[in-house]
Amino acid sequence: MKASLSVMPTTPDVPPARTVHPLWLRVTHWINAFSVVIMIASGWRIYNASPIFPFIFPKEWTLGGWLGGALQWHFAAMWLLAINGFVYLSLNLLSGRAQRKFFPLRPKEVLHDFVQALKGKLQHASLDHYNAVQKLAYLSVIADLILIVVSGLAIWKSVQFPLLRDLMGGFDNARIVHFFAMSFVVLFIVVHIVMVALVPRTLLAMLRGR
Amino acid sequence: MIKKPNRLSSTLDSELIIKDARRELQLAMPSRRLFGKRALTLGGLSLLTGCEITDNESVNRMLTNISRMNDGVQAWLFDPNKMAPTYPASMITRPFPFNAFYGEDEITEVDGDAYRLDIKGLVSNKKSWTLPELRRLPQVEQITRHICVEGWSAIGRWGGVPFAGFLKHIGADLNAKYIAFRCADDYYTSIDMPTALHAQTQLTLTYDGEILPPKYGFPMKLRMPTKLGYKNPKHIASIEVTNTYPGGYWEDQGYNWFGGA
Repeated sequence: MKASLSVMPTTPDVPPARTVHPLWLRVTHWINAFSVVIMIASGWRIYNASPIFPFIFPKEWTLGGWLGGALQWHFAAMWLLAINGFVYLSLNLLSGRAQRKFFPLRPKEVLHDFVQALKGKLQHASLDHYNAVQKLAYLSVIADLILIVVSGLAIWKSVQFPLLRDLMGGFDNARIVHFFAMSFVVLFIVVHIVMVALVPRTLLAMLRGR
Repeated sequence: MIKKPNRLSSTLDSELIIKDARRELQLAMPSRRLFGKRALTLGGLSLLTGCEITDNESVNRMLTNISRMNDGVQAWLFDPNKMAPTYPASMITRPFPFNAFYGEDEITEVDGDAYRLDIKGLVSNKKSWTLPELRRLPQVEQITRHICVEGWSAIGRWGGVPFAGFLKHIGADLNAKYIAFRCADDYYTSIDMPTALHAQTQLTLTYDGEILPPKYGFPMKLRMPTKLGYKNPKHIASIEVTNTYPGGYWEDQGYNWFGGA
């Protein structure tokens, strides 16, 4: 009896379920996703009213129906985006999670992991540890969303926020900055969704936490 | 949906109930799964974000309420001492774009000789004004950026009477909430008192040194570089000082009322 017991493994085969993403992170992630989709779809309709480049977005991809409706959506969802973003950043910084998850971030590792990813060899062995490419991507999109808010404020209140206006190179230029910041978010979303489709466990983790 | 037979009179058979429930579940599940699949497609996403939501009455009410809240936020952000940037004459946009809720071939022609500016509401001197009388008032000029709600902007040169001085001159109640404008082209809009008293808010009589041409609002428009284009009425026929919310042509259709820049 004693002998057979000692053969038994001391740790179970399946590691105990651990929370990868705390609840506050999951909630802020999905609120952010919701508000970003509204901001992009309504933003495209606003862009169409006076395009900066020689193209417009297909009407079916936009939100609001007409310029006035799109503006209402845009200036409603901006509160959700900004307040939720503020809560996310505060909790991320105060809890020390940002420091833990995103740093250290070394260019050499980014390059190495990027090459591995292209070869299809990048492992997602553990969901609670980001590879260097992920770290860079998430940090970039956070910085980009901050830029979107700042350039958006410069467009919305170009007279009341002269510092932001000058920082963005004037009213007309702020629109161009706002457009490219949007483009980067769209690019991020496309890659993000492809990666989730390739590793569906990540979607589960963002829903139930583990 | 399958109509359920009325079993109230029959004896309650637990097995039958379970069977019933199972059938209901089987009926419900595929459609639920299908919905999930559809919701994940791009088409489903556009369905969620498209006309259906936009036409929903309660959603529209929520959006209107948030727009009202944004009026309050903008009034709070508005700094009466903050000036819109001014530009050198070399930066004036030529030709300055025409924009209205009608085409350039439908511009209203106002007879300058017969023109009378009507003054209404909470004002001590309601005498109407002729064009020569308005031109005799002290005049100022500004080269500022006109920002359209559509997103484009253009720099222009406007001359006329500082509105704050005019309001004091006619004995307007400066504690009133709104100034409403009615125009010869049937346009109408309204602004808040702090913006009306802003140093760059101007009753405009000239454009680029010439008598204001019809396409820019002859005989008189209101120029505010602190607000979007649709808040700047042209061909003004009457000015009313009031505490009753007057709305506006575009504002009543959904544009934000404050429309500040």
